[in-house]
Amino acid sequence: MNATKPTRDWYPFVGPFDPCPPKYVKSYYVPPNELIPYQPMNLPQFSLPEALRLGTLWPALYGPYEARSSMRGQQSDE
Amino acid sequence: MWIYEKKLQYPVRVSKCDPRVARYLVEQYGGADGELSAALRYLNQRYSIPNKVIGLLTDIGTEEFAHLEMIATMIYKLTKDATPQQMEEAGLGPNYVIHDNGLFYNNSSGVPWTAAYIQAKGDPLADLYEDIAAEEKARATYQWIIDMTDDVDLQDGLKFLREREIVHAMRFKEAVEIIKADQGTRKIF
Repeated sequence: MNATKPTRDWYPFVGPFDPCPPKYVKSYYVPPNELIPYQPMNLPQFSLPEALRLGTLWPALYGPYEARSSMRGQQSDE
Repeated sequence: MWIYEKKLQYPVRVSKCDPRVARYLVEQYGGADGELSAALRYLNQRYSIPNKVIGLLTDIGTEEFAHLEMIATMIYKLTKDATPQQMEEAGLGPNYVIHDNGLFYNNSSGVPWTAAYIQAKGDPLADLYEDIAAEEKARATYQWIIDMTDDVDLQDGLKFLREREIVHAMRFKEAVEIIKADQGTRKIF
């Protein structure tokens, strides 16, 4: 599977008469829980302070999200 | 049963990158007098209406779905490439938070579509007069949306849809005449 990249890309139809500058690639996010059918025992763990900060004890379930096109400021998408 | 033709009833061209208008077009998508309301209203009322006008409700209800597709295409073209910031500037910030750039059946103020928008009173005259009123309200809504944009290509599609409302209202008024005439005739069952 795509272990390095948590997003999947797809290529929407781009018409010859699109009113706005088209996006050629769109992507959606696949969280790590989708890739683990049933969580195995004894997975590696974060340190406890780190786990409290990140929201999960297990790196395998850690799926961070960054703002896509930064709302305020630059306009790079993904 | 329906047969689907994979093309629009009338070509939709949007030439101005103006996502602001998408918010107003949504009124005809999931609003009280929008195309979804119209299609569901007619296709539901037809079961309890005299035989002579069932076909009319079927035909017009079906055409309303064709109109729904056109409206969806307009909205989609205007929003598919918009960034979150552009969505917010277009007044579609709440839409983005709930639906990303997806379409949804709500009105221009964001109120979700409800079956309370449509009626089936079982009385043929009451139902047909509601249908006439719905067509006139949709025609007026198209006029006000046309007023809100200066994109002549978008206006062209909207003007077609507006004209269809006039024709539909005429057909419903004729159906009322058929119903009225039918009342005086003797029938053997």
